[in-house]
Amino acid sequence: MTRRVVITGFGVRAPGGSGAAAFWDLLTSGRTATRRISFFDPSPYRSQIAAEADFDAAAEGLTPREIRRMDRAAQFAVVCAREAVADSGLDVGALDPHRVGVSLGSAVAAASSLEQEYLVLSDAGRQWEVDPGFLSAHMFDYLVPSVMPAEVAWTVGAEGPVAMVSNGCTSGLDSVGHAVQLIHEGSADVMLAGAADTPITPIVVACFDAIKATTPRNDDPEHASRPFDGSRNGFVLAEGAAMFVLEEYESARRRGARVYAEIAGYATRCNAYHMTGLKTDGREMAEAIRVALAQARTDAGAVDYINAHGSGTKQNDRHETAAFKRSLGETARKVPVSSIKSMVGHSLGAIGSIEIAASMLAIEHNVVPPTANLHRADPECDLDYVPLVAREKQVDTVLTVGSGFGGFQSAMVLRAPEAEAA
Amino acid sequence: MSVRTLVTGLGVVAPNGLGVERYWEAVLEGRSGIAPLTRFDVSAYPATLAGQIQDLLIEDHLPSRLLPQTDVSTRFALIAAEWALGDAKVDPSTMTDYGMGVVTANACGGFEFTHREFRKLWTQGSKSVSVYESFAWFYAVNTGQISIRHGMRGPSSALVAEQAGGLDAIGHARRTIRRGTPLMVTGGVDSAFDPWGWASQIAGGGVSRSTDPQGAYLPFDRAASGYVPGEGGALLVLEDAELAMARGLPEVYGEICGYASTFDPPPDSGRPPGLRRAAELALSDAGLAPDDVDVVFADAAGRPDLDRAEAEAIRGLFGAHGVPVTAPKTLTGRLYSGGGPLDVVTALRTLTEGVIPPTYGPSDVPREYGLDLVVDEPREGRPGTALILARGRWGFNAAVVVRRFTG
Amino acid sequence: MSKTISLDDLRDLLVQCAGEVTGVDLAGDIIDTDFEEIGYDSLALMETGARLEAVYGVVIPDDDIAELKTPRDLLDRVNQTLVEAS
Repeated sequence: MTRRVVITGFGVRAPGGSGAAAFWDLLTSGRTATRRISFFDPSPYRSQIAAEADFDAAAEGLTPREIRRMDRAAQFAVVCAREAVADSGLDVGALDPHRVGVSLGSAVAAASSLEQEYLVLSDAGRQWEVDPGFLSAHMFDYLVPSVMPAEVAWTVGAEGPVAMVSNGCTSGLDSVGHAVQLIHEGSADVMLAGAADTPITPIVVACFDAIKATTPRNDDPEHASRPFDGSRNGFVLAEGAAMFVLEEYESARRRGARVYAEIAGYATRCNAYHMTGLKTDGREMAEAIRVALAQARTDAGAVDYINAHGSGTKQNDRHETAAFKRSLGETARKVPVSSIKSMVGHSLGAIGSIEIAASMLAIEHNVVPPTANLHRADPECDLDYVPLVAREKQVDTVLTVGSGFGGFQSAMVLRAPEAEAA
Repeated sequence: MSVRTLVTGLGVVAPNGLGVERYWEAVLEGRSGIAPLTRFDVSAYPATLAGQIQDLLIEDHLPSRLLPQTDVSTRFALIAAEWALGDAKVDPSTMTDYGMGVVTANACGGFEFTHREFRKLWTQGSKSVSVYESFAWFYAVNTGQISIRHGMRGPSSALVAEQAGGLDAIGHARRTIRRGTPLMVTGGVDSAFDPWGWASQIAGGGVSRSTDPQGAYLPFDRAASGYVPGEGGALLVLEDAELAMARGLPEVYGEICGYASTFDPPPDSGRPPGLRRAAELALSDAGLAPDDVDVVFADAAGRPDLDRAEAEAIRGLFGAHGVPVTAPKTLTGRLYSGGGPLDVVTALRTLTEGVIPPTYGPSDVPREYGLDLVVDEPREGRPGTALILARGRWGFNAAVVVRRFTG
Repeated sequence: MSKTISLDDLRDLLVQCAGEVTGVDLAGDIIDTDFEEIGYDSLALMETGARLEAVYGVVIPDDDIAELKTPRDLLDRVNQTLVEAS
């Protein structure tokens, strides 16, 4: 008897407004949250814009000690985890802590803290060697970022399996997929799963500049993220987090929990092709989709909405479009596909989880978020990308996908709680 | 009937031996890889000893095309993976691409590489940052590069859990096999011996400040004063037993028959740490009782309070002096994500060779620990089952059970 | 007096930026061979482009670099820019 896994609570922090309501409002309005980078002077960089989150750690309830101790990404994760638990109505104090676990995704983890630390230690880069007089206890936490899931575990009282999944830009899908597998096999009954990344820092901006993956459309930040549009020229870097309470279905049902969605299928594959490049045929992403749908016992025709990776690089948009056609056949042309990265940008490891939140809310509200800034699709991208305006539609089954450096291709199927497998 | 997971290939890049044979010889002979760090001038630092990999001519083992784009840790990982696949006599090009995956643990990322790029950014400007920085640094790099080099397109992942991550990777690779992928390359490798990485390790507070290579890392000894950081690790080839036998496999090192991970209660809870529970869960996963275990490979933190806690966990589970315990990692230092996988390699060789390698160094183990610590000399025997323990800073615990494969 | 770069200079840059592929003789007659055939992908060329800018001050716009298929294309482009700038 396979154990089923459902989402019973969530917390999200994304650019363009704080909290779940603001997040959904942004996504359905088609507004975007990109601006000129304010965290540092971006003028030396090729790409000078980003989707920054207005995150006030103290107002979010973190203590001064927590704020001092935690990297920004860890702060996002902890705030979202607390919110997810509150939203789930779960009394974690009454649970067996041994049956509660954590799976946190992040691609670049403590990058922003590392950068600040580096400037101090190296005298703004002038020294290769480090003055040992400057050692501070947090240096180790930034070197080895598994302190992040530990912070989440402490905040929710988890003593079961605690993991950090760091698969680059699919981390946010894979961390949740990892948690699903732990519940399936019985290693935990409740998992706090999700992802956080706060990569808007000079070193990360510079390394995406170098490979020209981010957009240089600095004069028009609001319209810079243009997935699937013929004029798109790279992604908009972003930050954010989303965390979920995942529970084994029967126990969630017994306690009368509100169920947002069932995670009915998940699969990941590698392209074994190139650390950053994608083949145009979409073969491995198509395979991940095929396996995720099979696990969910769902036909391609039952998919009501595809939440795309849609980063807004030419290579991705074409790769992904090919993958949808290859895995879904005729359905690919009928089903709405959209990219919320057009609005909240690409927060690397976090975005997969943020997109799960969007997918879940699409089921909840029967609304498909649009692809903002899409005026004239790339002729090679010929699917229904829901341009500009959100669409009301019965949404029971959502496919959400991710693609990332290292060749990772992941797919997840979410299903409305009342919808049974076909 | 659940799938059995066999270990069919080993690849070791360790401070005291390159390749599994040299490493195993070193372990039996007590040859240590711990010495003063020579990558840069450490004289001003409060700690100077490290388990450093020497005499590995990377150019002899990797194509030049991979060198500009890889950190030293990724080079080690690529070499170890190739050795493991060679040892397993696997030719990935003849196998189904989706039937092979990669799970590695990583604690520090490509840290030396990224340190150089940080420096270029802040001294020469953003245009000097390498295109390779976008992936040479991140924690998934070893998984991605191994997958690409060997054409492995199955389910793959990268995990971070400080020193416990390597066992988690092996556990997740086994999980992936049980979920239907026939072959996995798994394990972990780390290295952060640039000045910033070194300083960060010292800043963690656990590193021994001793300058005596023989006395710096003495787990379970009254004189324990911390650990010596090392670099390197091990990668293993794991296979679904039935499918491995169908391909007529040459040699089996053993079976991964149990795994579990737990997290400690918050430091102020007053409840015991989760290490013992991880061991119990791993044994129960293996369908074994403590009596079935013939040897324990300890985490061996080298800090008196942590050593005491581990001794309590082992004594609680096996009784006082109830099982031989060893920690050959005193010859390599603690390798972060490489530590657990290297211990699994050592445990597997222990089972196939019928001899338990000792813990070199400790001589004064508090009697109340109740440990039967194997010291000084290898202990002959015919161990059939080994338990490997690992702890990661902040509360991570992991345990793996391996047993001799009898067909 | 204008300075131009030779095929040997370019070879050195390519090897520095991206190493060399086993089985490809870079010392051979490669001037009209596709970069892809001698083992250099778009990433390798981007790294080389950045180095050309740092060392020789030659800026090749993003879109153009993808159009330069062979060492001859790249050399012509770089040297033309160098001559014009002198």
